[in-house]
Amino acid sequence: MTAPDFRKRAIIAGVAESDIGRTPHLTELQLHAQAAKRALENAGIAKADVDGILSVTSARAVRMPAIQVAEYLGIIPAYTDSTSIGGSAFEAMVQHAAMAIAAGLCRTCLITYGSTQRSSAARSLTGTAAESWLPAAQFDMPYGLPMMAGAYALAAQRHMHLYGTRPEQLAEIAVAARAWARLNPRAWSREPLTVEDVLASPMISTPLRRLDCCLVTDGGGAVVVTSADRAPDLPHAPIHIWGSAEAHTHSSIAQMPDLTRTPAAITGPAAFNSAGITPRDIDVAEIYDSFTITTLMSLEDLGFCVKGEGGPFSEGGRLGPGGAFPINTHGGGLSYTHPGMFGIFLIIEAVRQLRRECGERQVANANLALCHGTGGALSSGATLILGREAR
Amino acid sequence: MSAKRPVPVPTPETEPYWAAARQGQLVIQRCGDCGEHCFYPRLVCPACMSDALRWVPCSGRATVYSWTEVRRAPGAFADDVPYVVGLVELEEGPRMLTWIRSERPEAVRIGMGVKVAFEPVSDDITLPVFVVDDA
Ligand SMILES: [Zn+2]
Repeated sequence: MTAPDFRKRAIIAGVAESDIGRTPHLTELQLHAQAAKRALENAGIAKADVDGILSVTSARAVRMPAIQVAEYLGIIPAYTDSTSIGGSAFEAMVQHAAMAIAAGLCRTCLITYGSTQRSSAARSLTGTAAESWLPAAQFDMPYGLPMMAGAYALAAQRHMHLYGTRPEQLAEIAVAARAWARLNPRAWSREPLTVEDVLASPMISTPLRRLDCCLVTDGGGAVVVTSADRAPDLPHAPIHIWGSAEAHTHSSIAQMPDLTRTPAAITGPAAFNSAGITPRDIDVAEIYDSFTITTLMSLEDLGFCVKGEGGPFSEGGRLGPGGAFPINTHGGGLSYTHPGMFGIFLIIEAVRQLRRECGERQVANANLALCHGTGGALSSGATLILGREAR
Repeated sequence: MSAKRPVPVPTPETEPYWAAARQGQLVIQRCGDCGEHCFYPRLVCPACMSDALRWVPCSGRATVYSWTEVRRAPGAFADDVPYVVGLVELEEGPRMLTWIRSERPEAVRIGMGVKVAFEPVSDDITLPVFVVDDA
């Protein structure tokens, strides 16, 4: 006899962004707190009821982010988590929160993120100064590969070599993101964008151009995960966790087992298996777009098209408003916002789509949504499948 | 740009690699138990967890697994653009990040044969790089 699925014991009750874009008047902790306050209000849950805290930050100087955030908010948690796997951490944290709640360790988890990457100009092309004994400090950094663009460029180059993927096809992903962003008043970049514009943008590291790369913004987000038995008392209908999985395969791009096979190839099938559905059942997908190639390979690895077909699959406006396969409906990291890590914003948008709150950019009949985060140098992946109805 | 280039600081674990590079030799570790080669240097074999790792010379031959021409570079490298960073697969199996030096960077291709060469970057440190192998 198998134990009941832990995912059925928890729901997503609330989501919110902090102020986003350019917020020089706010510190990272304030962004965590602002998003947390708004997400708890959205959930209809009091701070006093929070007994699980899951926080991570892109500022490496904050060595114990969950401790710092919990202190700032006045929370003494029974469950705590600072999973540091890059931008996919938040999808993994929803899984962790559900596990902790199902195990009875806590009842309500608050997941928070905040970054002032734009105002503090924290994104350096060389990457954050590393401890000199780290393998990457000795064997990668001396060669001046731009971080992270260079790592993703190596993957894109190999994908093009193996499968004939073309720059125009990568550009379609940026164009679709922009078309969605034009429907999102909170998006950073809202001017019209064409494939030609993307191809005319400056080359950063071949074959990736500036407009193949995500934005640098400030911002934060928060997600409230609580026990499913609380759902009847809450103002919003609960969002259900159908499936989830996480994986990582390497730290340095030099150690990636196969440059064109991302961790999504592990987490996609595992998440679909746990949900008992197939990629064809997904109505809307929020797929991390740190770079256009990130999304293109994730589409393949998650099973939305076969390996190597991500280029043709992305053509013809399929991914944009009115297209057959809507993704990154807020405008993605490419056009909406990207404060260091983007994973929490994938969840926020998926929940809003499933609640049918998205106005002009609402995908019709959105019942099942997939979120897939990617972290590091294609290092980590975490997939969530969320439903409007209980599984 | 005034930023200083990152120059490797060897540790006891990696010193044999850097000492060999200073002598114009490429060495990596090979597992005495399972026979796999590994790179970067480690205390235990990532294939089988054995600690019987020995330093062995490489043939110096490799193929280009992927590459990128850097056009906009990190501060310390800003004046060097364009330059080609490659991920090469050694004949022995492991891959390493490196520079691919070529008179004709536009001719670099995945699958192309390359061989090791050495470029000193400080009094103590010499970096392995790869050049097109005409053999
Ligand atoms: Zn071994």
